[in-house]
Amino acid sequence: MPEKVALLIGTRKGAFIAESDAAREKWDIRGPFCETWPINHIAADPVTGAIYGAGGNEWFGPAVWKSDDLGRTWTHSSAGLAYAEGEEPIKAAWSVSAKNGHLYCGVQPAGLFESFDHGQTWSHVKGLREHPSQPHWTPGAGGLILHSLVRHPDDPDRLWVAISAAGVFYTADGGKTWEARNRGTRADFFPEGQNYPEFGQCVHCLVMAPGEPDLLYQQNHCGMYRSENGGETWISIEAGLPSTFGFPAAVHPRDPDTLFLLPLNGDSAGRFVPDGEAAVWRTRDRGRTWTDLRNGLPQDNAYFGVLRQAMATDRLEPAGVYFGTSGGALFASNDEGDSWSLVSEHLPGISSVETLVVKA
Amino acid sequence: MNAPLKPEPAKSAASVDEVASALPEVTVRLPAVLVDLFPGSQRRIPLSAATVGAMISELDKRYPGMRDRLCDSTPAIRRHINIFIDGERATLDTPLAPGAEIFVLTAISGG
Repeated sequence: MPEKVALLIGTRKGAFIAESDAAREKWDIRGPFCETWPINHIAADPVTGAIYGAGGNEWFGPAVWKSDDLGRTWTHSSAGLAYAEGEEPIKAAWSVSAKNGHLYCGVQPAGLFESFDHGQTWSHVKGLREHPSQPHWTPGAGGLILHSLVRHPDDPDRLWVAISAAGVFYTADGGKTWEARNRGTRADFFPEGQNYPEFGQCVHCLVMAPGEPDLLYQQNHCGMYRSENGGETWISIEAGLPSTFGFPAAVHPRDPDTLFLLPLNGDSAGRFVPDGEAAVWRTRDRGRTWTDLRNGLPQDNAYFGVLRQAMATDRLEPAGVYFGTSGGALFASNDEGDSWSLVSEHLPGISSVETLVVKA
Repeated sequence: MNAPLKPEPAKSAASVDEVASALPEVTVRLPAVLVDLFPGSQRRIPLSAATVGAMISELDKRYPGMRDRLCDSTPAIRRHINIFIDGERATLDTPLAPGAEIFVLTAISGG
């Protein structure tokens, strides 16, 4: 059965969808969608095919947009997407994960909501903000946001989330109770001797390896890490990379040992690709060794950044890899990063990239 | 004594209408960018309400979800939404006079 790939692109000014056949050489782009609202993250329900866009508008507040027809028509809802009266109101929705109509949504200020009706109504998963560390959560430059939602593939009660700057939190009871899982990750911005706290780390992106639910990777403000026990402990995998800083991380669709990162030059050095030369870095051995992938990427005066949710892979063979820049350029590889091409050069600043493979 | 023309439930509804008719009749002017979010809504909406908060409740009844676009959970009118009555910025508690024209506007914002 022929298949096609849809790239779901969240930008500062609406959502876009780029489509290609399985060759992934020529792309058609549609958009902007969602009335040009800032869309921080747009992702598909792999079971229903519905697309959800998490965003927030300076005028109208947070909402999750939905399309059942690959972006041709949209609705939006924020019914129940609110904290109690008197608490700081929600500014924007930042992340969304959907599985057969059950959705999670991460918001700013950091908290978690879920929907059991395909995003029509939402309810607060209160247990997360009841964690004793919550009064000490502090915002990073992007705000106090819950940006990563990592579901256990088989157990609906198990979920990992990541908050900047509070760290990784894990629940095994569907969100009633949570524990911080940051042991081994650094917080260089804390005083000397206090750099490995229980929580407060500025995790930038958290992903799970395919087929190994206990194998997690994270890109942190202060280093890159792997955990082989569901986040109970982390070890650094930054040796061999050009910096300890970056935002996105993307796993291979089938190989748990393969990970893609896009290191930037540093948190106080401009936050663009090192030396103005763009590269995606790939490991095939869980982060023990790294290879820089530059073929087709700009190697001169490339002073762009790539945000935390703006890199993704597809599930085709060989896997496609994609990233969007803060300057609005979208790059694609149809050979697991060995070569790259420019899909679009002048989109609005890209916040997120996800993929959806459907029948052609 | 005349027999009732309608059964009891309808009589109750009529009394609700009487209450509504006692409220000030006003006209709400909505920005196009808001109307675009709610298919079927219009730029100019006549309704009856005693306060701005009640006006927004009536809008939300007609166009579910519109309250969330205009108010946050404080509850308050959103920071970058302005509601003007007779040239003055209103709050949720601002009373409405019969014949009032209420302008809902988006503030200068963005980039």
